Parts: sequence; structure tokens; C-alpha cells
Amino acid sequence: MWQELRSEVFPRGLEIVTVALDVDAEQARPFIEAAAPEHPALVDSAHLVDELFGVVNVPNGVWIDEQGMIVRPAEPAFPGRSPVTESFRTIDLSTLPPDIADVLTEARKIRTDPEQYRAMIDDWVEHGARSRYVLAPDEVVRRSQPRASAEATAAAHFELGQHLHRAGDHAAAIPHWRAAHRLFPSNWTYKRQAWNFEDPIRQGRTDVYEGSWYDDVKAIGAENYYPPVVP
Amino acid sequence: MILDSLVVAQDAFEDRTGWRLEPQGACKGEVCVPLPAEVRNADGLDVRVLAERLGMPLVADEEHGLFALGPETGITGRALTTAEAPDVELPDLDGNPFRLSNLRGRKVLLVAWASW
Repeated sequence: MWQELRSEVFPRGLEIVTVALDVDAEQARPFIEAAAPEHPALVDSAHLVDELFGVVNVPNGVWIDEQGMIVRPAEPAFPGRSPVTESFRTIDLSTLPPDIADVLTEARKIRTDPEQYRAMIDDWVEHGARSRYVLAPDEVVRRSQPRASAEATAAAHFELGQHLHRAGDHAAAIPHWRAAHRLFPSNWTYKRQAWNFEDPIRQGRTDVYEGSWYDDVKAIGAENYYPPVVP
Repeated sequence: MILDSLVVAQDAFEDRTGWRLEPQGACKGEVCVPLPAEVRNADGLDVRVLAERLGMPLVADEEHGLFALGPETGITGRALTTAEAPDVELPDLDGNPFRLSNLRGRKVLLVAWASW
């Protein structure tokens, strides 16, 4: 999806950099190779961009101008289409096991506006700093995710967890990731990454973590899973 | 930032966190935080002083002999302390490092995604 967009916008001065928030880089490999990107396709095992940019879910986009200034902070980002959420709506739920059907019923409430985001990108490419979607520095900071001690401590725990996992001690990661979830419950990347190791298909309830995709999303309503993009 | 002791080399700290040590203190964007002289010792920077002055949580994992220094708090109350983009360096699938500042002079759309 992003390579397609890139081929249109790159000649007009916009480069795309994809960053895979995958603790195990090899999980990102099949997707990257299938996309055959011409743009930088990076892997962020430590989830540094969560900490440095305020990413709490995927996919998220950050706009950076030619001078290296962020002009739109991390927000939900779809390149004109959202094939995954589209697929939720077209699949026949009666063909699925009941627990997966429940998950998809909830997931169908997820709101995205891929056309709006694509229009914003096109406007930025066209008008640059004069685009009405380009934000002033203090607005960029203001719109970035709230961070107090709990969220910052969650980042430290998450980073320790991935360090231990990658050193070969997955069991040692778990208490750190549990702490990250408890301290920063609205950070979906910390949750989904951890759940993925225990239950990749459903990200369902396990003995290891307190939550699951279905329980945690249903608690807030899937319509709130991605905040609306405010132009 | 993962550490195995409570002393950190200045260049490693600056590179990882985006804070720069200037005469007036630790600076990021337009923000500078004064630091006491004791932030420096013979071997590098004192992590406990940095943590306290910059509101960075310091998590210890004693069993594994590790610490994690989290991001700063108490300055903007937000994930961003400045709108200046961090010059993050990340590898591609083959392990080749790439710095975001390589793209200075172009607009950049950074997209975070995941296999999960």
C-alpha cells in the first residue's frame, strides 16, 4: 500500500519511511519483501518510535518537513485505502469460529478515514508549508500523546522486556510487558506486540496477560480504537 | 534506554535521547534544563542525576543487572518535548543502519506499522 503511494509522491518531493514495530524483525520480513519497497523500510524492535514520537497504535503517520521539523505528530494513517478493515466488513462471519466472529463483529466498528488522510497528504505535497494541514510547532507538541510518569515508566519496562526477549529470555520479558500494559493501558502497540507472542492468531485471553484484543477493545468500543484524525 | 550501570557516556545518551549537553544544561529544541556539576563524574554522566532533573523514570531489573531510563516527563506533559524530529537511527532488514536525518531536504512521511 505504501509503496504504491510512494511511487506517486516521491517525484513530488515526499519520501515515505516505513518503520515496523516488530520486536522480532523476521516477522516483518515477509510483508516488506512482498511490498518490494523503494523507500527505506526499517525495523524498530525496541519500539523507539513509541517513545520518541508518541506512537500508541498502528498504522500511524508522522509528517516531517524538509528542515526536519515535525509538522503533524503521530496519528492514525491510511494511504487512501484500509484493506484490513475493509476485509472485516466483507467476510462472512457465519464461516468463522464463534470467538473470531465476535472479534470481527466488534472490529467492524473501527473507524478510519483513509480517503481523508490521502487528501491531506496530497495537499501537503501540493502546498508544502502553506498546506492547511501543516501545524505550527507548539500545536504539534500539544497534539502529541499525553505523557506523565506512568507512560514514561511503561516505555522503560517495554524496552527492558524486548531487550530480555531478544537476549533469549522471553519469560523475563513478561513481567515487564505486564507492567507496561498496566501503566499505559491505551498504548495498543505494547499490548498487541506482547499478546502476539502468546497467541498470534486471536491475541486472545491467556494466563500470561490480563487483557486480550477483544476484551480491551470492547471495553472502550472499537469505534474509539483509532481517534479521529483532526485536520 | 537500556543500561548496565548508572553511568552513561555522553555521546550515547545524546544519540539515544535527543538531549544535548550544553554549558547551560541539557537542551532539546527550545528547552534547556540546568544540570548540577555533579552530573559529570570521571567515567561519564551520572544517570541518577539525569533521571531526576529530566523527570526520566529509572527502572531497575536487579535480577538481570539492567536498568532502563525512560523518556523525559514534566516538561510539556506530552510525548514530544519539541517539534524538532528526533534523529532516530534504525536498521533495515539486513541490519544496515539508516538515520532519519539522511532525508533532510525532503518531506518525510514516517509510517509506523507492524506484522501483528
